[in-house]
Amino acid sequence: MLIPHPLLGPRDAQEFTYLGDAALMQRPDPQAGEAAFADYVFQRDNPAGVHRELWYHEYGDRSWLVVTRDTTTHEILGAKLARNVKMGLPE
Amino acid sequence: MRFSGFKVVKEALTGHRGWKPLWRDPEPQGHYDIVIVGGGGHGLATAYHLAATFGQARIAVLEKGWLGGGNIGRNTTIIRSNYMLPDNEPFYEFSMKLWESMEQDLNFNAMVSQRGILNLCHTDAQRDAFRRRGNAMLLAGADAELLDQDGVRAMAPFLNFDNARFPIKGGLLQRRAGTARHDGVAWGYARAADQRGVDIIQNCEVTGFRIENGAVKGVETSRGFIGAGKVGVAVAGSSGRVMQMAGMRLPIESHVLQAFVSEGLKPVIPGVITFGAGHFYVSQSDKGGLVFGGDIDGYNSYAQRGNLPVVEDVAEGGMALMPMLGRARLLRMWGGVMDMSMDGSPIIDRTDIDGLFFNGGWCYGGFKATPASGYCFAHLLATGRPHETAAAYRLDRFARGHVIDEKGVGAQPNLH
Repeated sequence: MLIPHPLLGPRDAQEFTYLGDAALMQRPDPQAGEAAFADYVFQRDNPAGVHRELWYHEYGDRSWLVVTRDTTTHEILGAKLARNVKMGLPE
Repeated sequence: MRFSGFKVVKEALTGHRGWKPLWRDPEPQGHYDIVIVGGGGHGLATAYHLAATFGQARIAVLEKGWLGGGNIGRNTTIIRSNYMLPDNEPFYEFSMKLWESMEQDLNFNAMVSQRGILNLCHTDAQRDAFRRRGNAMLLAGADAELLDQDGVRAMAPFLNFDNARFPIKGGLLQRRAGTARHDGVAWGYARAADQRGVDIIQNCEVTGFRIENGAVKGVETSRGFIGAGKVGVAVAGSSGRVMQMAGMRLPIESHVLQAFVSEGLKPVIPGVITFGAGHFYVSQSDKGGLVFGGDIDGYNSYAQRGNLPVVEDVAEGGMALMPMLGRARLLRMWGGVMDMSMDGSPIIDRTDIDGLFFNGGWCYGGFKATPASGYCFAHLLATGRPHETAAAYRLDRFARGHVIDEKGVGAQPNLH
C-alpha cells in the first residue's frame, strides 16, 4: 500500500506503524466518567468499508496522519496530517 | 449412514453406490427454538452440542455461503492448549480433551493428529517464561515439557541453532497438541448435528435482527424472516458486520492474517514448530505440504487477502529458522479475517438484547477452540449460565477491568 503523505508524497506503508480508528483522537473529557473512558479505550466501530485511521510515519518524518482507507479493498482514499485534522485546518 | 471399516469394504465391492450426502438441504421453517447464525466450525459445533449434549430440539444453523467456506477452511489447522492465564488455560485444555474424543463421538475422521507443538526459546528470560507457562499448563491438567537445546536438536536437527540474533536455546513442547483436518471438522459436526435433527440452511444470509421491546424475535434473511426463541451469533471474522445489525459496537477490530502452503514434500517436519521471535510457525500436512504463517498484517481489514510486506516478513522468518525452506516452492497463499479483540481473548456471552447471544473475538486462535467453543456456547444457550471454563469470556470484562491479556500489550489489537 502507498500512503499519499500530504508533505512527502506517496510513501510505502511499511514506513508507518498503525494505531487504529481516528476516533481515538477524540479523548473524552477527564471528568466524563469510567463508562465514557471504557467505551473510548475498548469499543470500536470497526466498519466494513471506508475507515478513518491513524498511521504514524515512524521511519519518515514522524508525523501522525489520518488516512482514509476502504477496509474491504485496501484502497487508500486520502491522507491528512492528524494535527491539522485536530485543529480543523485544511489539509 | 454410519462410517466403519466394514462399510468401506462393502462399498468398495459394490461400486461405491451406497454413499449418501452427509447432511440434508432443508427449506427453512418459519420458527425455531434456537437459531445459530454462522455455519462455520463454532456454529456447527454449537448446534451439535445443543442437540447431542443438552437435549435441545428445533435448531437451525444459517450460513450465508457454503459450509466450511469461512475461517474453518482458512486456518492452519493447529490444535493446542498451551496458554498461561487461569481464565484461558482450563478452557483450551477442555477443548484439547474434546479433540481427543470428537472423532469417536461424531463417527467422522477429522484426521486429528497429536504430533506435538514446539515453541522455541532463545534467551534465559524466555526460557524462564516458558517454564512458568508450562507449569501453568500442568496445573490445568495439560501436558508440557521443557526441552533443552539437545532435546530440540533430537526432534528437529534441521533448524538453524546458531542464528546470530536468535540462537535456539530450547523449547516448550506439548506432545498432545497437533493438527486436524480443518474442513473435515466442519463436515463432521454438520453431519452429526444433521443426524440429530438440526436444520443446516446454506445460502441463507442474515440481513437483520427483529428486535421488539429489547428482545430478539428472529432474524431477517435472504430467504425470508425466520422466527427464533434464542439467537446465537458465531461469525468470527464478520462479527463487526453482523452485530452492527443489532446496533452493537464490539471490543473488536477485524484484521487479515495470511497463510501459506508449499508444494508436497516427503515427511520432514515432525510436528508444529513455532518461532515466535521471528514471527513464523510451520507444520506439515498429511499431503506433504509445508503449512506456515506469521503475524497479522496489522491494519483493519475485511478483505480476505493481505499484502506483500508480510509475505516477505514470513519468508525471512522461515529462512532464518530453517534455511532448507528456501528450496521449497510456494504453492498457494491466502488470507482470512480475524476478530482481533482488545485483550487477545475471546467472548462467549449474552448481550443486552434478551435472547441474543454472542460468540466471537477469537483472534487468530479460533480453530483449536472449535469443540469447546461449541460446547460452552451451547451450555450458555441451553442453560442460561456460562460453562465453568468459559465464565471469564464476558463482554463487559473490559469495562470492569477484568481483561484476559496473555501478551500484556493492552487494548492494541494488532499487537496481540
